[in-house]
Amino acid sequence: MKRTVSLLVGGLFCSAISTAAIADDGRELVIDGQTIATTAPVPDDHPLDEIISGWRFRSAETQALQMDDFENPAFVAIEYAEELWETPAGASNQSCADCHGDADSFTGLRAKLPRWNEEMGKPATLEMLINASIETHQGAKPWKWESAEMLAMTALIGLQSRGMAVAMETDGPMTDWIKKGEELYYTRIGQLDIACANCHEDNYGNMIRADHLSQGQVNGFPVYRLKWGSLGSIHRRFKGCMDQVRAEPYKRGSDEFIALEAYVVSRGMGLSVETPSVRN
Amino acid sequence: MKAIAKTIAAATLLISGSAVAGVVAPGNVQFVEATVPVSLTGMAGDPAKGRKWFTNRKLGNCLACHANDDLSEEQFHGEIGPYLQGVGDTYSEGELRAIVINSKEVFGEMTIMPAFYKTEGLNRVARKFAGKTILSAEQVEDIVAYLATLKE
Repeated sequence: MKRTVSLLVGGLFCSAISTAAIADDGRELVIDGQTIATTAPVPDDHPLDEIISGWRFRSAETQALQMDDFENPAFVAIEYAEELWETPAGASNQSCADCHGDADSFTGLRAKLPRWNEEMGKPATLEMLINASIETHQGAKPWKWESAEMLAMTALIGLQSRGMAVAMETDGPMTDWIKKGEELYYTRIGQLDIACANCHEDNYGNMIRADHLSQGQVNGFPVYRLKWGSLGSIHRRFKGCMDQVRAEPYKRGSDEFIALEAYVVSRGMGLSVETPSVRN
Repeated sequence: MKAIAKTIAAATLLISGSAVAGVVAPGNVQFVEATVPVSLTGMAGDPAKGRKWFTNRKLGNCLACHANDDLSEEQFHGEIGPYLQGVGDTYSEGELRAIVINSKEVFGEMTIMPAFYKTEGLNRVARKFAGKTILSAEQVEDIVAYLATLKE
């Protein structure tokens, strides 16, 4: 009988107990001599006891791929984006470089996104800012959210902020969007009736079959996922999770995913931008 | 016309799939003090089949979250839920059935464990799975029968 009670209690509180089970070897992420913070100080009102990059949850082999830009498979896309950067397009026949100079003119941008955009009337993600520029400055056709061009360009622009601390604005009109994202994060969905928080807050560090659950931080996106064999956006990853719990996913670029992105970013402030990261 | 009649017949079959004679529909499951004492099919499940559903990623997928010594031939046992060795001693058949059908009735609302035989009260279920349970009544019984064999 005692056994039953303890198992019942285990079932009830398994989330509280399992949180402590993080297998973290404390390896440091250093790229080209630059140390990249994979943990961050935890503010008082934060829902997590520790803030940890997804890099820390990966195997030594996967970690190594991200520690050397020659090994990092995302750098094929970086080279492609460098070509796109110089290629004139649209009615203006201008390239990104014609107006913006070198890509490093965007140093720091990725660390601040999503950021409130008055014209759009919503927070802008990097994809939205790139497409706004393509449409209004170049007079060209915007890229699809998950296109090779968009993934490459978000990787190149994100790379300019690598090593900088994630520091999104959270006040003003961002507050409501972050709150909306928080609601989504804690809402159970799908046939499996599971919320983001059930896995990425209550159970990070635990194995779900062969997958080591992380905190679901987004500081390394777009990410090169070995499982995908390509780069993918934050919204693609959100959709993947929704598919796994058998929920009807929101669309990439939807207000729901923008809000969720803003909220998830708010949970990882102080982590370094790792773009382009490598994960399983 | 014949094709249409066929389609209608097939659709009717689909709709009535969970209303097969003798099978308790998801909405009609009776919980009695955190147990479901009566088999959903009126028959005993097949533990050998249950063992298969336990590892099948599209069905029970129990191994994704629970480690189980009886399946040592399978790699990658999950760490989310309790270890299941001896679960057949710990819980009665009725308790095991209740946990598989809807563990929230046993452990409370906070548990992460999905309800494997429930269709109501869920949000944004993918169209493909709308109105469907994760496991059929027979599969629930097979898994319950299998779990009952996990004794120390």
